[in-house]
Amino acid sequence: MNARTLDPAHRLIEKEPYYEAVGDEIRLFEAAYGQQIPVLLKGPTGCGKTRFMEHMAWRLKRPLITVSCHDDLTASDLVGRYLVKGGETVWVDGPLTRAVRAGGICYLDEIVEARKDTMVVIHPLADDRRTLPMEKLGQIVEAPPEFCLAISYNPGYQSVLKDLKQSTRQRFVALEFDYPAADLERRIVVNESGIEPGMAEKLVKFAQMTRNLKGSGLEEGASTRLLVHAGKLITSGVDPVVACRSAVAQAVTDDPDMLAAIQELSSSLF
Amino acid sequence: MASPQLTRAEIEPLLDVWLETEFTFHAVGPVARALSKLTRPEQDFVLDWIRRVASTHITLAFHFAKRAPDLIRRLDPRAIEAWAVQLCDTYDRAGIYAALSVAEQVDGYARTGQAHTEGALFDDIAGVLGNFVRGLSGRTLRVEQGDGIYTDSEKIVLPAITTRLASRDDNFKLAKATVALLWAQTRFGTLRADLTAACAGYPHPDRALRQFNALETLRLTACIARELPGLHRDMERLMGLLGDELAADWQPLVDRLRAADARVEDSLALLDAAYHLPDFRPWCFQGELRPEAVASARAARLEKEKARLRIRLAELLQEHAAGAPRGQETPDKPDIEVTPHDEDGRLDFEITLDGAPLAPPDDVRQLLASVWLDFGEIPPDYLSPAGDGEYDPRLVFDQPEDPDAVWHGTYHEKGAELYPEWDHGRQHYRKNWCVMREKTVPPVHDDFYRETLDKHAGLVKHLRRKFEALRDENRIEKRQTQGDEVDLDALVEALADARDGREMSDRLFVRLHRAERNIAVAFLVDMSGSTKGWINEAEREALIVLCEALELLGDRYAIYGFSGTTRKRCELFRIKTFDEPYGDEVKARISGIRPQEYTRMGFALRHMTKLLNQVEARTRVLVTLSDGRPDDYFDVYRGQYGIEDTRMALLEAARTGIHPFCITLDRDARDYLPHMYGAARYIILDDVRQLPVKVTDIYRRITT
Repeated sequence: MNARTLDPAHRLIEKEPYYEAVGDEIRLFEAAYGQQIPVLLKGPTGCGKTRFMEHMAWRLKRPLITVSCHDDLTASDLVGRYLVKGGETVWVDGPLTRAVRAGGICYLDEIVEARKDTMVVIHPLADDRRTLPMEKLGQIVEAPPEFCLAISYNPGYQSVLKDLKQSTRQRFVALEFDYPAADLERRIVVNESGIEPGMAEKLVKFAQMTRNLKGSGLEEGASTRLLVHAGKLITSGVDPVVACRSAVAQAVTDDPDMLAAIQELSSSLF
Repeated sequence: MASPQLTRAEIEPLLDVWLETEFTFHAVGPVARALSKLTRPEQDFVLDWIRRVASTHITLAFHFAKRAPDLIRRLDPRAIEAWAVQLCDTYDRAGIYAALSVAEQVDGYARTGQAHTEGALFDDIAGVLGNFVRGLSGRTLRVEQGDGIYTDSEKIVLPAITTRLASRDDNFKLAKATVALLWAQTRFGTLRADLTAACAGYPHPDRALRQFNALETLRLTACIARELPGLHRDMERLMGLLGDELAADWQPLVDRLRAADARVEDSLALLDAAYHLPDFRPWCFQGELRPEAVASARAARLEKEKARLRIRLAELLQEHAAGAPRGQETPDKPDIEVTPHDEDGRLDFEITLDGAPLAPPDDVRQLLASVWLDFGEIPPDYLSPAGDGEYDPRLVFDQPEDPDAVWHGTYHEKGAELYPEWDHGRQHYRKNWCVMREKTVPPVHDDFYRETLDKHAGLVKHLRRKFEALRDENRIEKRQTQGDEVDLDALVEALADARDGREMSDRLFVRLHRAERNIAVAFLVDMSGSTKGWINEAEREALIVLCEALELLGDRYAIYGFSGTTRKRCELFRIKTFDEPYGDEVKARISGIRPQEYTRMGFALRHMTKLLNQVEARTRVLVTLSDGRPDDYFDVYRGQYGIEDTRMALLEAARTGIHPFCITLDRDARDYLPHMYGAARYIILDDVRQLPVKVTDIYRRITT
């Protein structure tokens, strides 16, 4: 079995990624895309932001270039840099530049994790200029109409250091995401994990219980993604209580007391 | 080899001393005889606790001693320890009579007939059960320790130890089932009924209440079976272990109560029939109903929540109006509708504003849930948004108390923060012992700041140079394997190397190193009466010099002073908080530092530990500046007790990752200091005048 190597700037998503619309986010995104306005996705982890982007890329038939931001991500990592090859320096485009050139959708996941100066390079791209200045090359790349910039941001982490600056956030159209409503979430869990609806309903109820704990020792409740994981384990024959512990409880916390409490909740439910 | 068993003759003199029988005439003879029959480890354990309880109260220790030898046969040592601590806590909180009644309760413990019972201790299970019950839907309930098992619709009260079953695990399961049933009382409407009125018509209202409780237990157990089937299986197993069952004459009532649509009204309707049945033997996880506690909690809650909800709705409307496009202003009387959804155990609310859905924020959802639980619906008058100025926010939202106002009235603990204190005699904490309040130092706008700078002009200049050198600045690091740009020097060299046939280095890039000196420091300054004069002056000067230097470094810092008179009046004086800039106000407060009363240190260290841990920083430093021995007015704090408490507070700070550092102004450098500062590094200054120089120097040393 060989893993395929693909160039993200030219890869189109062929199969429709499964996505259940919660509100009118698809219409909104399409409108913003048509008007060339960049998009900010807000919402807790695992509620479907990345899946939504894949779905939209498929829908709009554009390549999707995703960059997961981390605290050491610099502007050069996005724009590009000179590398040394056989005694010569060669310019290599970064993912953002490649996306601009290819007219793709560039999705900067968890943008606040990146270094503060990184944010500045996206500013000219994110307003009506729609240009990417490449200082080291002395060039400016103009974005074609097909290019789209999307960033995601989780306002749940109440850290002053990880807040999005007004100058950045006010350039974007914001789409708010939250955990889907119970019925929808159950449908998603059934669809993604192949579990039977009764069990999916219990999983969703269990997720709701952990979300009640947010703020009293838990940073974030169980996401839909975790429910899908638990559902997949249960379909493979794992006991539901064990599946909830491994796929959900251990994923949301390390605190032994909280683990025990979540364990008690799941053992009460199944 | 194990030490030999102690004989009665050996034990009795010990008890004579600890219990001061010469004055108290406690009959220790029988106690000593009972103790002499235990194994040596048991003897050591019980004797140790008798001594520790005696350090709190001698009579209490005597009552402990009378019961302990019998108890240790039935109960595991951890449970006995928990009981002993509960005795002392009750004594601290409510006095000797309350404590003695707790001592008598113990006779009811561990009646399982098992050789050894391992009880589930409240302190061990409270955390888990607290989160467990928060995870269930409905109003957020607290789990507290108290006398009895009941809920007042806001808190669930459990006893100190659950001991009805043999293993700790089963006892925990029992406590969990108990908590779940009490939760169900709030969640499924039991507490919504006016129970006092419902029972009043019977010849024995108390009995009516008990029978009603039984009806509700049947109904709620069925609710739990539907909602939490896993828990219900556990409950059935526990009932099996303890032989709980449903008496035959109650059988006819069950069907109606177990129906999926059974409400509290059904139980009320059946009360008459139940009253004429024989007494219901309570099931193991059944608590009691306390209508008066429920009523008082409810009375305090209703108006407040109504106001809060209406204010929040008004705010929501405003936000909504601000987001609406022009020309579509909302009408004066918006039509708000709330539809509760109570399906398969989930409680959720949908708000529509003029027909359009509005996502309620979490706090509004919580309020709606709480109101719904109280009424079974959302009363329409709760949904009219509050007008401007309709409510006095001081009455609606919890306000910080004016720290001075409480002293004008009675001696109470309202609005204060409570901290524990380490009692070394008891070898345990005294819970909620110190009543701590934060106050602000009254600023004195004088020339102190200028004069200090003039006086120490040379020093400040010198320090500036020194501290500037400390500042970690952004710099470009050369010859890195990865980086933003090519390092031309390195590249030329590498190419030359390659031509020469040598190995080519891969360190060809430069990268920007970003300096982040990420330190938060809290200074805790002794403001006790003993600092009067020279020391106070030196402290204030040192703070000014220190601030000048710290401003240069950009470290986040806070300055607090501490003083107190007895545990009821522990005061922490704000001089500069972490968020406050170093401005004229702070300078005036430093100038305004005046000696106050005594040196009680533990609470101050604990509070600063808490504050420091709320600050986001890689390194946290707590520097205390004091003039020596902890001391308090007419209190045991003087001497060993205070030293041990201070030591413990420093250990606690160190355990949370804080670096404590103590600066002591003490000419005699007494021998207890190394012990007291165990966890902290410390330095003794014998010349007060050195303080301004030394403090900054020390700070530089400990943070680099």
